[in-house]
Amino acid sequence: MANHSTSHPTHVHHHFVDSDQQFDTAKLGMWVFLVNEILFFGGLFCAYIVYRAWYPELFQMAALELNTFWGAVNTVVLIGSSLTVAMAIRSAQKNQMKGLKINLLITIALALVFMVIKGFEYAHKFEYGIFPGEFYTYDGIDHPQAHIFFSIYYMLTGVHALHVIIGIGLIYWIYRRAKRGEFSSEYYTPVEITGLYWHLVDLIWIFLFPLLYLIE
Amino acid sequence: MATAEVSPASTGSKQTLKVKRFKPSESPKNTYLTDEKGLWAWMTTVDHKKIGLMYLGSVTFFFLVGGILALLLRTELLTPAQTFIEADTYNQFFTLHGAIMVFFVLVPSIPAALGNFVLPMQLGAKDVAFPRLNLASLYIYMIGAIFTFIALANNGLDTGWTFYTPYSTESSSSVIWVTLGVFILGFSSILTGTNFIATIHKLRAPGITWGKLPLNIWALYATSIIQVLATPVLAITVLLLTMERFLGIGIFDPALGGDPVLFQHFFWFYSHPAVYIMIVPGFGIISEVITTFSKKHIFGYWAIALSSLAIAFIGFLVWGHHMFTSGQSAVATTVFSFLTFLVGIPTGIKILNWVATLYKGSIEMKTPMIYVFIFLFLFSIGGFTGIMLGALSADIHLHDTYYVVAHFHYVMMGGTLIALLAGLHYWWPKITGRMYNEFQGKIGSALIFIGFNMTFLPQFIMGSQGMPRRYYNYIDQFTIFHQTSTLGSYVLGIGFLLIAYYLAKSLINGEKAGSNPWGSRGLEWQSTSPPDLHNFDHTPVVINGPYDYHKPMEEFQLGLANEKDHH
Repeated sequence: MANHSTSHPTHVHHHFVDSDQQFDTAKLGMWVFLVNEILFFGGLFCAYIVYRAWYPELFQMAALELNTFWGAVNTVVLIGSSLTVAMAIRSAQKNQMKGLKINLLITIALALVFMVIKGFEYAHKFEYGIFPGEFYTYDGIDHPQAHIFFSIYYMLTGVHALHVIIGIGLIYWIYRRAKRGEFSSEYYTPVEITGLYWHLVDLIWIFLFPLLYLIE
Repeated sequence: MATAEVSPASTGSKQTLKVKRFKPSESPKNTYLTDEKGLWAWMTTVDHKKIGLMYLGSVTFFFLVGGILALLLRTELLTPAQTFIEADTYNQFFTLHGAIMVFFVLVPSIPAALGNFVLPMQLGAKDVAFPRLNLASLYIYMIGAIFTFIALANNGLDTGWTFYTPYSTESSSSVIWVTLGVFILGFSSILTGTNFIATIHKLRAPGITWGKLPLNIWALYATSIIQVLATPVLAITVLLLTMERFLGIGIFDPALGGDPVLFQHFFWFYSHPAVYIMIVPGFGIISEVITTFSKKHIFGYWAIALSSLAIAFIGFLVWGHHMFTSGQSAVATTVFSFLTFLVGIPTGIKILNWVATLYKGSIEMKTPMIYVFIFLFLFSIGGFTGIMLGALSADIHLHDTYYVVAHFHYVMMGGTLIALLAGLHYWWPKITGRMYNEFQGKIGSALIFIGFNMTFLPQFIMGSQGMPRRYYNYIDQFTIFHQTSTLGSYVLGIGFLLIAYYLAKSLINGEKAGSNPWGSRGLEWQSTSPPDLHNFDHTPVVINGPYDYHKPMEEFQLGLANEKDHH
């Protein structure tokens, strides 16, 4: 990128006037992107609402098959990771580079714990033949459309898990950059906007948990 | 030199800046075309102007592909029975014509090609907010295109561009490749929209308040909002359809307890707002061109600016009018019909304001302005017939006939594409620094106008008489309409060839355009033609509205006097 300015600090790209403008712009861009993410999940939530209205008794029966305990553990794990990512941003603002790196690593670890638990939950269901749609073979739920619930379950949690994996990649990348000493209290824009993304991933799970696991 | 009191976008508080006049050079030495040269420099550039041009090239290529398919379809329809292709081939051709024209041409055409070029210049910015994402969006578009071409090579696609279930879950053609292509393409659209919103909010030059934004920017802003809010819903819809084919998840499959009408709801929740993604940027171009060639302030600035946002908003509430005959409930159908009439109001406000702008203007009939008049004529027909289709009783008769085909071609081609041509001719001197042949430009516009009406007016008539869309054969009574339509499409084809010819020729031996050949007050014209790599060699300062034609030109060429601080 052509940077023909001498007065700019190195992290400010050529088309911004100053560091503040760049920070505000990046943050706004991420917020706009998060709105787009909500609409993306919104489609799936809409499918959920339609089918729950059509087959209310199915949703009650099928939710009993989900393991509320491990779902609750995962909720705590993800909320914890949101806390650590917020602490990472706080460390960056206070110029505590060690705290930044440690908090990023804890966030990654918690995200991995979430994925492992989710993996065990999936594996457990596959054992019973609880697959999405036409591959569904389980006969423990007495409802002709039982597979529909699990199609929606796998789509929602699967797309969410994909976001967690992307988040792990992003946070690891931020960690590498932090290790190279690219951030300071003057410049921590990527930390901030990755944190925003991670909060959304957490938030979506907070909606998924009661909608899927806690139906009575 | 002088001072100007302005509020910079970043702080919002009033401040006094030292400004001086920067008269753009008429024969610039360094332009964005000469600064970075070579294939690699183009492929890795983050310059919004080059990216815009590469989009323009890609869109033109796909327009050629989609256009050839259209001509083949029209040729097949010359005779009531088979003319020269098989019925299955015909199904694939109309599907690909629709999918290519919608996803690869109309959606990116104005925002990603012309918008990319013009938007930062109209804001006095050096680039869009996220230049690397801008380049990424171009490559994502290319990857989406590759997926679609893989589908072409493997069985093609015969579902119609709307991918309606249950047929799309059963069809033996390559549905997955195209849905994945559309999924990927969506990201390109989302990135462009996100980029534009951030740029408009944060990168305006000192003095450009919301009330001094060019109406093209308001239109692109409304478009970007729709892109960001609607495109993810299409993404999840085509993802669900892909999963339906991969895993049989059954959400859209009645055999598995799902609902195919739900697919239509999901699809049109994107695809109806998407028609506003296509047409609203066109509105922006019309506002720019009509003021420049009337030499007059736009009539009803705020009415036009806010009606763009109103269209963006109401456009999200009308999707159900595509399902009047799909077994939607009577209550929903009535509500959607009413909301559909409502969206005509902001559109009508725009048309009336444009016409009022002409009143007592000194109108110059240059090629871009001729396209504006063609737009007003064709788009009004397209809009009114849309209202007729929104009327429940009429729609039951007209649904899925050629009447609908004619309606959306009048809107999409008579609206968006004509506006694109207006914008292309208007900004061509700025983009290339060269003038095209004005006489040939006028001949071209006449061919387009005649060819277009010859092609699509007969379709209204045969549609109202019951000719269904997408049919391979037809009964003899429609022969004359189909043949007129086909001949018209050839005239259109010749018109486009002529335009391509004289535009290409202008690159070789066109007259030098000079910085501002139309005498526009727009900020993008206060730079050299072609512009500098960073758009302006100073930081522009704006004190007047973009359409203040009663004020002298030098008031529009101000920049920060103390350059070193800001460049």
